[in-house]
Amino acid sequence: MKKKVVSLLAAMALAVTALAGCGSNNAATTGTDAATVAATTEAAATTEAAGEAVSGVKAGFIFLHDENSTYDLNFLNGAKAACEKLGIEYMTKTNIPEGQEAYEAACELADAGCNFIFADSFGHEDYIIEAAKEYPDVQFSHATGTKAHTEGLDNFHNAFASIYDGRYLAGIVAGMKLNEMIANGDITEDQAKMGYVGAYTYAEVMSGYTSFFLGARSVCPSVTMDVTFTGSWYDETAEKEAANKLIEGGCVLISQHADSMGAPTACETAGVPNVSYNGSTEAACPNTFLVSSRVNWEPYFEYAIKCVADGTPINTDWCGTLETGSVELSDLGAAVAEGTAEAVEAAKADLIAGKTHVYDITTFTVDGKTLDSYEADIDTDPDYTPDHEVVSDGYFHESDVAFRSAPYFNVRIDGINLLDEQY
Amino acid sequence: MKEKNKEPLFHIVKRDALPWYKSLGIRFLAILLALILCGIITTITTGINPLQVYQSIVLGAFGSVRKTWVTFQNIAILLLIALALTPAFKMKFWNIGGEGQVLIGGLVAAASMICLGDKLPNAVVILCMIVASLAAGAIWGFIPAFFKAKWNTNETLSTLMMNYIATQLVAFYTIVWEVPKGSGKIGIINQNTNVGWLPQIFGSKYLLSIVVAVVITIFMYVYLNYSKQGYEISVVGESENTAKYVGIKVEKVIIRTMLLSGALCGLVGLLLVGGINHTVTTTIAGGQGFTAVLVSWMSKFNPLTMVFSSFLIIFMNRGASEISTNFGLNHSYSDILTGIILFFIIGCEFFITYRLQFRKKAEKEEQ
Repeated sequence: MKKKVVSLLAAMALAVTALAGCGSNNAATTGTDAATVAATTEAAATTEAAGEAVSGVKAGFIFLHDENSTYDLNFLNGAKAACEKLGIEYMTKTNIPEGQEAYEAACELADAGCNFIFADSFGHEDYIIEAAKEYPDVQFSHATGTKAHTEGLDNFHNAFASIYDGRYLAGIVAGMKLNEMIANGDITEDQAKMGYVGAYTYAEVMSGYTSFFLGARSVCPSVTMDVTFTGSWYDETAEKEAANKLIEGGCVLISQHADSMGAPTACETAGVPNVSYNGSTEAACPNTFLVSSRVNWEPYFEYAIKCVADGTPINTDWCGTLETGSVELSDLGAAVAEGTAEAVEAAKADLIAGKTHVYDITTFTVDGKTLDSYEADIDTDPDYTPDHEVVSDGYFHESDVAFRSAPYFNVRIDGINLLDEQY
Repeated sequence: MKEKNKEPLFHIVKRDALPWYKSLGIRFLAILLALILCGIITTITTGINPLQVYQSIVLGAFGSVRKTWVTFQNIAILLLIALALTPAFKMKFWNIGGEGQVLIGGLVAAASMICLGDKLPNAVVILCMIVASLAAGAIWGFIPAFFKAKWNTNETLSTLMMNYIATQLVAFYTIVWEVPKGSGKIGIINQNTNVGWLPQIFGSKYLLSIVVAVVITIFMYVYLNYSKQGYEISVVGESENTAKYVGIKVEKVIIRTMLLSGALCGLVGLLLVGGINHTVTTTIAGGQGFTAVLVSWMSKFNPLTMVFSSFLIIFMNRGASEISTNFGLNHSYSDILTGIILFFIIGCEFFITYRLQFRKKAEKEEQ
């Protein structure tokens, strides 16, 4: 009997120590464990931790999916890199749906002591706003959102990047590949048709495929493009089917704006060149991968975290560029045409210098006419009321922080054919 | 060779009704075993200390005041759907359309919020939402019931198909009401005016669903056990012929019960849209229409037992997702753990209903 009591006491003591021990360093474990996972999934750019360390900030990150989604992995890596560089503690919450759960997750992070909270998915925005109202002392940032400039909250911010620059450069890679195929006699000039798998007929997607197309057309004038939509940001089967449909429809090169590996793997199977998004897919698709553009979120995270540390306000809208290192192209794949690297470098220099603009109105037409003027729906409302003139100085001002960081280019230009648009 | 009638090592014998403490003990043991297995698997595959894992499970559900509230709110929602389905199941009407009935209730609630939000005063909008949600859920229950009662169609199929119709309707209206254009999501409805948001009671945004769940649990317990209609449901469930013989109008009972079942599911849709999410998406019910089937059956249609079953499922669910967050594991990992736990919980029902009788030693020696 005595023995039993002793062992029981010992077990209880053990449990209590474990509880107490974990209670205090729970959050720290969270950060490091998540970091380990991110590190194993992709070797992100490791920077020296010394020198730039800040204090007094604990960051919380909310992700729609986990590292299996290229979209979220891109954010995860950026978050990890920025936090390690600045030497701050951070927590992550993955697989947070675009509903009340996003609000709960943000509040839980705030309760856990985070004073900078970031959410990565478009549909999180409204719920993050709710949390921001409840925690006025915590800074909230949201990627791709549209409401920060109209919501009037000091602690809610939007961020995005001029990813259309990256798409444009990726389009040049695609155009060079098409030129090579024409020169080799694989296709004729008229057969230079690209395919694009989009998620929704949403401005972010339309801006993306249009800039990609304009990039391709800047080097391959005869190119046309078919676009199809899956009605989901992440649906591997639908994306694969969509890519197959485009290939059957005569598309000789595919790109996509949807987050799974569906389209790249379909292209690898069919042997069709693919321009990827959010990160290189070369490992899975060595024969067909051309290039990938992505937003590097590390500069924004560093900027925002430093703002919180210094107590300076974070910009309501923040748009990263090629210059800030926010817009990046991956290494070129083995399948690219000769001279691609040089062409991309030249175009990139011109974009940075402001010599060329992606949406230069002399490079495209809408219903056969030049787009001299366009009113975009900048201030989100249920009736989609156009409210700001965004064409000036000869180009369409996309993601201009004078308006908002999230894309609003939703013009349907000539040369691009939408196969379906029910989404 | 001697012909020998070989007795198997054990055979399965149906038990008489077990005393409540024994069946409770078996269930408790099952959960304990499930947790131990989860711990072992976690340690083997990830090298994490199992004690930390158990601690995370508890902290995931009750780690902070907010987490505790959310846990109880989630229990309330799952419990409500299970309660809604129960009268149908007790009648042996396989209503696996809970998901669709919840969704359609949510959809009309959202429709009322969007279309009437700036036309009518808040109280009237909420009244419209309540009526519309209950009615829509009831209609979604009525259609399969009517066909079953009139032409004896298979309700398993028809309720299941009604789920898809509801999901597609929600998907369609998501595109109609999307903000901003092309984004494929509605977002929080009336975020600035809060029109059509169900009121917070006692200043808590979590309490409403919980209170509704308590009320409906008591109602359902009384309805099933002490009302004439509840008795009719039991009789129809046991034997339709008996029911006909004693003069129960079976068609009427089927339709009436499904109206109730559907309306209660519609009520859950109302709570999800008007009280919790303030938006509607195709995944707003999150498969709980199906999980609730499990809850209802596991509890043998007893509303009070359902409270514990729902608690268990939500507790484990939240615990498992906390594990995946805390230890940087993939979300699928929490699905694996939930799967193990459910396997044990469902498996233990076997041992409550049956017992294994092992070959006796004495008999063996005689041979």
